[in-house]
Amino acid sequence: MQPLTRAQGRAIPLGLKNVDTDIIIPARWLKTISREGLGQGAFETIRAEPGNVFDDPAYAGAPILIAGDNFGCGSSREHAAWALADLGIRVVIAPSFSDIFSGNAVKNGILPVVLPQDAVDRLLDAAREGLEISVDLEAQTVTTPYQDRFAFTLDPFRRHCLLNGLDEVGLTMARGEAIAAFEAQRTAARPWLMRGTAA
Amino acid sequence: MASRPRTLYEKIWDAHVVETREDGTALVYIDRHLVHEVTSPQAFEALRIAGRTVRRPELTLAVPDHNLPTTPRLDSRGLPIPIADPESAAQLAALEANAPAFGIRYIPATAKEQGIVHVVGPEQGFSLPGTTIVCGDSHTACHGGLGALAFGIGTSEVEHVLATQTLLLQQSKPMEVRVEGALGPGVSAKDLILHIIGRIGAAGGTGYVIEYRGAVFEAMSVEERLTVCNMSIEAGARAGLIAPDDVTFAYLRGRPMAPQGAEWDAAVAYWRTLRTDEGAVFAKSVVIDAADVEPSVTWGTSPEDVVPIGGRVPHPEDFADESKRVAAKKSLDYMGLTPGTPMTEVAIENVFIGSCTNSRIEDLRAAAAVLKGRRKADNVRWAIVVPGSGLVKAQAEEEGLDRIFTEAGFEWREPGCSACLGMNPDKVPPGERCASTSNRNFVGRQGPGARTHLVSPAMAAAAAVTGRLADVRELV
Repeated sequence: MQPLTRAQGRAIPLGLKNVDTDIIIPARWLKTISREGLGQGAFETIRAEPGNVFDDPAYAGAPILIAGDNFGCGSSREHAAWALADLGIRVVIAPSFSDIFSGNAVKNGILPVVLPQDAVDRLLDAAREGLEISVDLEAQTVTTPYQDRFAFTLDPFRRHCLLNGLDEVGLTMARGEAIAAFEAQRTAARPWLMRGTAA
Repeated sequence: MASRPRTLYEKIWDAHVVETREDGTALVYIDRHLVHEVTSPQAFEALRIAGRTVRRPELTLAVPDHNLPTTPRLDSRGLPIPIADPESAAQLAALEANAPAFGIRYIPATAKEQGIVHVVGPEQGFSLPGTTIVCGDSHTACHGGLGALAFGIGTSEVEHVLATQTLLLQQSKPMEVRVEGALGPGVSAKDLILHIIGRIGAAGGTGYVIEYRGAVFEAMSVEERLTVCNMSIEAGARAGLIAPDDVTFAYLRGRPMAPQGAEWDAAVAYWRTLRTDEGAVFAKSVVIDAADVEPSVTWGTSPEDVVPIGGRVPHPEDFADESKRVAAKKSLDYMGLTPGTPMTEVAIENVFIGSCTNSRIEDLRAAAAVLKGRRKADNVRWAIVVPGSGLVKAQAEEEGLDRIFTEAGFEWREPGCSACLGMNPDKVPPGERCASTSNRNFVGRQGPGARTHLVSPAMAAAAAVTGRLADVRELV
């Protein structure tokens, strides 16, 4: 995973609430067996509208997306995070995120920043003015040229993984002995739990 | 040692923590993993690239559902009919190859046990009370109806579970939704969960695991409980669950992958301890009177956009919150609805009965009871019933339900996710309206430009007969 310490640049002022993962990437794009190239289908229904923020040259290549409450709700499809990554988005700022989406985002090097609605509104205004926004994961702050400084928090484990670009599977595989001990105890106490399809 | 009173969720969580990191993240053991063709290919590919194996293949069950066409799967000679769409065919072929390559039990598209993962898991007794169950699909919350802690995961987590049989998780907060009393005639589990989502909102459960408690849930069948828990994710909750009881045990007994003999007795004794303790504290509590719940229908493009069938399309100005006013206006434009219109005057052209929310035998019985001796209205262009599994289909045929549906003008299909998600050939055309027993009314969910109204199976049948959204209580 690509590590992330800071992101700076223009921000796409989407602003909508309840942006579901069907909006981020419609199901017809989910037939792929690869993680690549999903930016093509990202926000397809919004991009069909003339004058939409994604096709506005003012925000071309912007690494930050600003949205409303409950961003990434709905389906667990990680394709939503892959699509954002393919668009070059490294940070999404919103008042809240769905639990599954924020986990998927971090695993793909995308930082979900939770800020109160009034801070998000302020950043939306700055983004619409074409100002650059700066996000610092080390300091856990979002700043603007207007001297705004908003503090956010990310849970320490996710922050650690993002800052260092760590692969969770690798970390957990190093705990193989602890898992084996747990399994042995379970097999002794409730063998039926460990049978699964072999029942 | 006297421990502090715990909720059901906390008991299941505690029983699965392998270890806790200093930063509070827990390594949680996963008992059951369901895999389908859409969210798994990249996970298997990552294992292959890293040279990793599946840690406990017998704890994973694979079955295709999302992509499959629901038209016949075998030709007149009994040979499998290939999927016409090359991308869907490639995805199916990937699962067919990956499952045996990694030693995972696979139910093929043509097997009678095939179906939607969330119908198959409980039906096979693979999903059990007190277990942790995951799948690369957000409606995994469904299995909470058996008293399991079940939740959807992304593809990186699918890979993590395959490789380690664990997940790194932050504990959610326990939330209670208590419904006392009894549901009225014509009011189903689907109406109740839509009512609950309308009340707490699409993000009302974010950060929580919901336990559904009270007389209404105790009186429900397992099928109804699965319907309720299934849509927990539409309220933002990671999972929803209902304490297992004799109804649960009677449902599971004798299922192919459930424990047998002395192990069954030991399992039931353990499952009986899986109840929220007296005095346990919920971080959030919502209390609903069952008498307030009516047959429900959605008007917008979020599952929180719910009104009783006797209600009207709302005015955007009626909402206190500015962002909700903006969202409501956009939703109404997309849905082609005029504020103030009675919901019962909204004409529909399509009816879909199916999905992991409502495709079990009781759902089909409820719809057939309304359709018996009736026919779909002339303006209803397309009406399909998609059983949740081959076993549900066979049971329905044994009861003669298929004939009731076809005589009413419905198509009787093969099992799969079908028109719930606009991925396989079953789609609602742009600008057309569908009364659907599925779980999401998102923009474009049932196909680009499709307009979805979420309803119960009986209400979908009522809509088919009248050609508009209708109160099923006036038809029975």
